Amino acid sequence: MLLTITTTYQPATDLGYLLHKNPARLQSLEITGGQAHVFYPEATAERCTAALLLDLDPVGLVRGRGNGEGFALEQYVNDRPYVASSFLSVALSKAFGTAMNGTCKDRPALPAEALPLAVTVAVVSAPGPDWPRRLFEPLGYAVETEAYPLDPTQPEWGDSPYYTLRLRHDGLRLQDVLTHLYVLLPVLDNDKHYYVDQTEAEKLLHRGGDWLPQHPERGFITRRYLRYLAGIVNPTLARLMEGTEEELPEPVAPETNEPGALPLTPAAVAAEAPEPKLSLHDQRLQQVAHEIYQLAPKRVLDLGCGEGKLLRLLLRQPKIEFVRGMDVSHQALSRAAQRLHLDELSPRQRARIELIQGSLLYRDERLAGFDAAALVEVIEHLDENRLAALEAVVFAQARPAHVFVTTPNADYNQLFEKLNAGDFRHDDHRFEWTRAEFAAWATGVAERHGYQVRIEAMGDEVEGVGAPSQMAVFSL
Amino acid sequence: MPQDTLKLPELSLILLLGSSGAGKSTFARRLFKPTEIVSSDVCRGLVADDENDQSASGDAFELLHYLVAKRLKRGLLTVIDATNVQAESRKPLVALARQYHVLPVAIVLDVPDAVAHERNAHRPERRGMGPHVIARHRQDLRRSLRNLRDEGFRHIFHLRGVEEVDAVQGILRDRLYNNRKEETGPFDIIGDVHGCYDELLALLGDLGYVVEAEPVADVRDLGIRVTPPAGRRAIFLGDLVDRGPASPQVLRLAMSMVRSGAALCVPGNHDIKLLRHLNGKKVTANHGLAETLAQLEGESDSFKGQVRQFLDGLVSHYVLDGGKLVVAHAGLTEEMQGRGSGAVRAFALFGETTGEIDEFGLPIRYEWAREYRGRAMVVFGHTPVPDAEWLNNTIDIDTGCVFGGRLTALRYPERELVAVPAARVYCEPARPLNYRAAQLAAAGAAAEGDLSAQHQQDDVLDIRDVTGKQFIETRLLRGVTVREENAVAALEVMSRFALHPKWLLYLPPTMSPTETSELPDLLEHPAEAFAYYQKLGVERVVCEEKHMGSRVVVVLGKDEAAIQCRLGLTGEGIGKCYTRTGRNFFTDKDLETAFLARLRDALTTAGFWEKFSTDWVCLDAELLPWSAKAQELVKNQYAAVAAAATAALPQVEAVLAEAAARDLDGAEALLARTTARRQAAADYADAYRRYCWPVHALDDLKLAPFHLLATEGKTYFDRDHAWHMETLRSLALADPGLLRATPYRVVPLGDAAEVENAIQWWTDLTAAGGEGMVVKPYDFIPQGQKSLLQPALKCRGREYLRIIYGPDYLLPGNLERLRQRNVKAKRNLALREFALGVEGLERFVAGQPLRRVHQCVFGVLALESEAVDPRL
Repeated sequence: MLLTITTTYQPATDLGYLLHKNPARLQSLEITGGQAHVFYPEATAERCTAALLLDLDPVGLVRGRGNGEGFALEQYVNDRPYVASSFLSVALSKAFGTAMNGTCKDRPALPAEALPLAVTVAVVSAPGPDWPRRLFEPLGYAVETEAYPLDPTQPEWGDSPYYTLRLRHDGLRLQDVLTHLYVLLPVLDNDKHYYVDQTEAEKLLHRGGDWLPQHPERGFITRRYLRYLAGIVNPTLARLMEGTEEELPEPVAPETNEPGALPLTPAAVAAEAPEPKLSLHDQRLQQVAHEIYQLAPKRVLDLGCGEGKLLRLLLRQPKIEFVRGMDVSHQALSRAAQRLHLDELSPRQRARIELIQGSLLYRDERLAGFDAAALVEVIEHLDENRLAALEAVVFAQARPAHVFVTTPNADYNQLFEKLNAGDFRHDDHRFEWTRAEFAAWATGVAERHGYQVRIEAMGDEVEGVGAPSQMAVFSL
Repeated sequence: MPQDTLKLPELSLILLLGSSGAGKSTFARRLFKPTEIVSSDVCRGLVADDENDQSASGDAFELLHYLVAKRLKRGLLTVIDATNVQAESRKPLVALARQYHVLPVAIVLDVPDAVAHERNAHRPERRGMGPHVIARHRQDLRRSLRNLRDEGFRHIFHLRGVEEVDAVQGILRDRLYNNRKEETGPFDIIGDVHGCYDELLALLGDLGYVVEAEPVADVRDLGIRVTPPAGRRAIFLGDLVDRGPASPQVLRLAMSMVRSGAALCVPGNHDIKLLRHLNGKKVTANHGLAETLAQLEGESDSFKGQVRQFLDGLVSHYVLDGGKLVVAHAGLTEEMQGRGSGAVRAFALFGETTGEIDEFGLPIRYEWAREYRGRAMVVFGHTPVPDAEWLNNTIDIDTGCVFGGRLTALRYPERELVAVPAARVYCEPARPLNYRAAQLAAAGAAAEGDLSAQHQQDDVLDIRDVTGKQFIETRLLRGVTVREENAVAALEVMSRFALHPKWLLYLPPTMSPTETSELPDLLEHPAEAFAYYQKLGVERVVCEEKHMGSRVVVVLGKDEAAIQCRLGLTGEGIGKCYTRTGRNFFTDKDLETAFLARLRDALTTAGFWEKFSTDWVCLDAELLPWSAKAQELVKNQYAAVAAAATAALPQVEAVLAEAAARDLDGAEALLARTTARRQAAADYADAYRRYCWPVHALDDLKLAPFHLLATEGKTYFDRDHAWHMETLRSLALADPGLLRATPYRVVPLGDAAEVENAIQWWTDLTAAGGEGMVVKPYDFIPQGQKSLLQPALKCRGREYLRIIYGPDYLLPGNLERLRQRNVKAKRNLALREFALGVEGLERFVAGQPLRRVHQCVFGVLALESEAVDPRL
């Protein structure tokens, strides 16, 4: 990983004073994960270039340093040694901390001067070729990127996500350039090699407080800088925007309640589209919860409870005596336990809820004896040929008096602009059914197991395509 | 004359009765194992820290009952050391004995009050106990003595006075009549005969029994002699009589066989009803008894007497062959096997009914076999079925001979059915024999009706079989433990990504690399693998070229019918090709169908189906190219790293060259190092590219099978690796466009030249970019002197390891650190997974229920979530 900064300010070698690094020497310093080298490939009065070279130790990154305290980087095959990342930001503040703070002992007036500067970063990792531009152009840089094929022997694989980034600015304080790089390079890279917490937010406010509020991509920058941690991102954005006239960017939504939601694809992250599904999902839960209350059940099952949103709604109903939430993902269940504050409930409340790991493909006597069961957006996460097992487990063996099954309505998909025809709304969906397909399945299930069934639209209906989601309500 | 030995059933619940100070604890300690004694004083101590704290009695007895229940459930003789002098304290214990089908026994220690009082006086903790306590105990005891029999005690020993108590020097543990575990067979188990004598003779003939007439010299002679084939023995499952034309002849034959030791016999409900009649009890002569009685009229009183004696001596069921086989007329649940109680006898004779009556006026039977999970095979009759079908290791072989069906025998342990058709319908059944099938067909469950009962049941497995801590008995390792947290991880993978469990017959074990080599520039080298095996006494190994693709297990049928018949899957094609995590290899359905059809055709061309007399096969193989399945991984990780390096490093070199030109100290060294890294990145890119080629059509896929795992009725773990290689090579010849034979060589480890050649072979292979080789002991299942050995070790090449350890792994300073690795955990895992894999497939081939196979497959998947260095 290489960063060079070139200036034609006269005398150009003043860059050495500004950076607090002697142009006549190559200096090396220890940084997390390896070494940084600072040197000047050219240093004349006309033109001076400073280079910061990061030499990360790929073995050390995996093996950890000292007594096994390693990073979460588990692969030796790793792009970290070549890409500008949070490692670079750390190196920047270590190598050029004085310059970044705008102090220069020998030339006290110099830091305030706007210099003509050119910056090269080899290489950055970016979600797409336009992103470097979207991040740096609003700050007054002329931006150039150079793309590379993923593998020249496999032309059909297209370009790699790596770019050489070249920035030019006619007059900017060096301090600003360093700060911009410090904040924005890890944002492009979208990763952090260390644990992110509130201190990270303070860093962002400190380094970006001056320029970030005016930046059109401040939402994107903040979310990525703080790794999408809703609890940190949203207050940080609010503090950032305090006293400005600008509108608050779209808040980060908490993680979805999709059972076993996979990490979003890079493309999905890149699009950063406001998720129509999220509010939709809450609506669906409200509707299901409401329908369940109407039946005044005493014992309710939430099959595929995910992180427990529906459980929370159900627990608010004092007449429901017991709720059992089941999910196949252990991780989702621990998050549900946290979100429902199970550890802090009073014994009486605690006795009303139980979370269990289970699978809808295995017969399970723990599912017997319930008045109602909900399967909210669950069936589409199973391969279609395994639904027979789900049917046997739920409708033949567990046999709750009422079963609520919701699933996306594929007819509606044409209204999602970002969705190509035939694509599903979620990476892990194994199928999405039209209204007719869902109705056929639901009717079949009801007939085979002696249930009555009615089907309802969920969400606002649109002429010809129906509502975003659909629900079948089975009753014994 | 005092008894010096008490004779008790080996499985009994023994209550000692006696007042405080009667000497119960001393008696118990003298005659029973310490662990067999459950004492109320000890329980009181456990819950109250004071053995005499009477306020703790409630909790203490709750604990005592709990302990007793656990012991009885596990089939252990138990002695209750408590006063037990009151009926209400004995009642829950007798109830427990009933619940677990254990015989309750009472031993009364009836000593004079003075003795008891004297003894208590010597125990400081009991000194406060007044004489009234002992007197009350004695009074209760006297009252109890009258009622013990009515309370359900079968054996009562009343020891009067200290002398009689002390005279007892031993306990003789009588084994239960049903315990015939030492009899290992082989057996021919014969279903309900119901007087069908001709069919029985025909069946015995088919089974190789010789039936001869014998002169009758005495009234006790039966006039018939049956000689079984060498070493074999018949077992009659009861219901010898009623409905059929010749019940007395059947009785005569069976009695003769039992008498001569040629057969065992358990009673059926019809036999017992006949016995009641012969005993002079009033019974209704319906359900075919009238015919039997009429047929018996011509028989002598002596014969009838013998019949009465014979039937009276029949034992409800037998546990045979070390507990692996149970026979009972109507079957028997696991809890009842080898136990003795009225309930056990009733179940064995009549089975269980739901209490409902069907449209034919017959009681609806409770299908205990559906829920059967026991270890023992249960063979039974009683309920006529159109075909004898396995379900959860049980089989009903009453194929309704008397109703015009067949008389069926099961050969054990061969699990082979032998049947003869009925000569005619002797009795019209109240409910048609094929009633259930007809019912299913009418319910529109035609597809389901085509599947066997076992396959239908296996459609959905029970979560209890896979969650929580599992302890799996395997043939190769005594027990493999799967920890709960690993099962948790596996449940998610299995549920979200894996194929239907019916496809998953086997998951391959992980494989350890060799110990780390100390040779320069190398992490792995064949010498380490050879040394490992040689040290453990292996004389020959097989070296197989390692293909860099995706590990797959192929389960393939000759046609869809074969898959339906053997796996119980319909509409899922002729086979599947799945990964190490049970995931379908193919995402493109058309490509999958074409691939499997072509593979099937290749096997057909090779004459495989005939040669192995099978219509399905399970293969362990590598599917190439790597990029076919791992395309996304290759692009996002492997290619990306090369792209980043190739983009960045030349620019670094350029600025360092400028710096070097300025004579900056240290720039030259950094430049040299960067150039080396650029070269390393290029070598790395070459390394992964070798295993990538685009897959546009079927012709781009290559399958390299290396183990023929199983075909119908057989696994091939008993064949050596050279056999596997040769067998599969001949298959590959049938379609070289699709199948790749794996180059291999057999290396005698004692032959230095051969070892040297093998090393050279590996060196050449890996220099040309090959992944490396796998070194396997010649035998598939390598039993060392002390324990199971690694079934294989991989030895990967220098170039290949670039994609494991990263582009820079050979640069100075890196390899030294990478040598620090520990293969122990990986090897331990490999052994356990190997044992589970073999076990699962053997269970499948032996026709065990899917849950037993799935348990092993699931176990392998669970073990894979254990944290081991993924680079190994």
